[in-house]
Amino acid sequence: MAELDTSGGGKKKGGKVRSKKQSTRVDLTAMVDLAFLLVTFFMLTTTLSKAKAMDLAMPDKDDQKPDVQEPIAASRTLTVLLGSNNKLEWFIGVPGESLTPPTVDGYGKEGFRKVLVEQGQRIKQTTGKEMFVIIKPSDKSVYKNMIDVIDELNITNNKLYAIVDITPVEVELLKRDKIY
Amino acid sequence: MPRVKIPRKSTAIDMTAMCDVAFLLLTFFILTAKPKVEDPVPVDTPASTAQTLLPESDIATLTIGGKGKVFFGVEGFEVRKQLLLRMGDRYKISFTPSEVNKFSVMPNIGVPIAQVKQYLSFDGDQMKEFKAPGIPTDSVSNELFNWIYESRIVTKNISGKELRVTIKGDSQEEYPTIQKIIAILQKQEVNKFSLITSLRGKE
Repeated sequence: MAELDTSGGGKKKGGKVRSKKQSTRVDLTAMVDLAFLLVTFFMLTTTLSKAKAMDLAMPDKDDQKPDVQEPIAASRTLTVLLGSNNKLEWFIGVPGESLTPPTVDGYGKEGFRKVLVEQGQRIKQTTGKEMFVIIKPSDKSVYKNMIDVIDELNITNNKLYAIVDITPVEVELLKRDKIY
Repeated sequence: MPRVKIPRKSTAIDMTAMCDVAFLLLTFFILTAKPKVEDPVPVDTPASTAQTLLPESDIATLTIGGKGKVFFGVEGFEVRKQLLLRMGDRYKISFTPSEVNKFSVMPNIGVPIAQVKQYLSFDGDQMKEFKAPGIPTDSVSNELFNWIYESRIVTKNISGKELRVTIKGDSQEEYPTIQKIIAILQKQEVNKFSLITSLRGKE
């Protein structure tokens, strides 16, 4: 295949027909091709199959003293309620007397990320402190929603967040907005 | 005047060295490659931009999928062997050495502890056919709690490191299931764990 006939040829007039000495060289091109193909395959599969993971730290739950909680100003807490149909609802402050009207929004770049960036900047300007995000997944939300929210928080560089159980008041809020 | 003949050079290149290198690399990659662990239930992990890689050892995986089924797996043959013996002690089931050996090569387990003995007696095909019901997560039998708890002790004894618990959940799994698992972890004061996600760009 890769070897050209360089013997010249043509001068075979007369004389004894000599058996040509067979070359001991084997053409390795195909073998090398195959080997590199497999190398590429194994290289790609080993690096890609490594699982990526997202670290999650939950607030310490102490059954003995469940009332011990860190007080955080309501003006800098953003509560996110995860509802059904890939919708979320957010507000600032405490439910019922929130400082902003509860807003239904979607996940992703145009939805929740914008909220995080805008509210984060506003809270930083008015209070001088970082925003604190409380994630409250409802029973109707799926695992992906939770990951999406944490991911958006990671993208927008919000370090302060916690996942907390939802309260009935907030479930009512979700029901009112028909995402429960 | 005779014509000067330029001898035609051969275009063949000696491939031997290249072949050697290629096969050396190939051997290396084959040996370092880890066989892909098949999930007991189809799990479509949600995507995220997280880049942290998981460690290779001292790690336990909770696979959640197929409408709230939970499977438990832990890395390391020795860890698995001792784990099964300890679980046997706890639930008053004695396992034979061959059963322990069989358990040590299984990447994950998804049957109630009472059925483990029967499950281990299956051969390869039967195991594939068998629809594993998942490990019970209720607080009465407390089985998932104990699987995690015992494997933490075993890992600590063997390698001296803290076991890292990871959750591999299906993206469409409902939140109450996840909540239950997290509650089980928090009950034994595992407040930090990893969520396995697939990779996504930042858009």
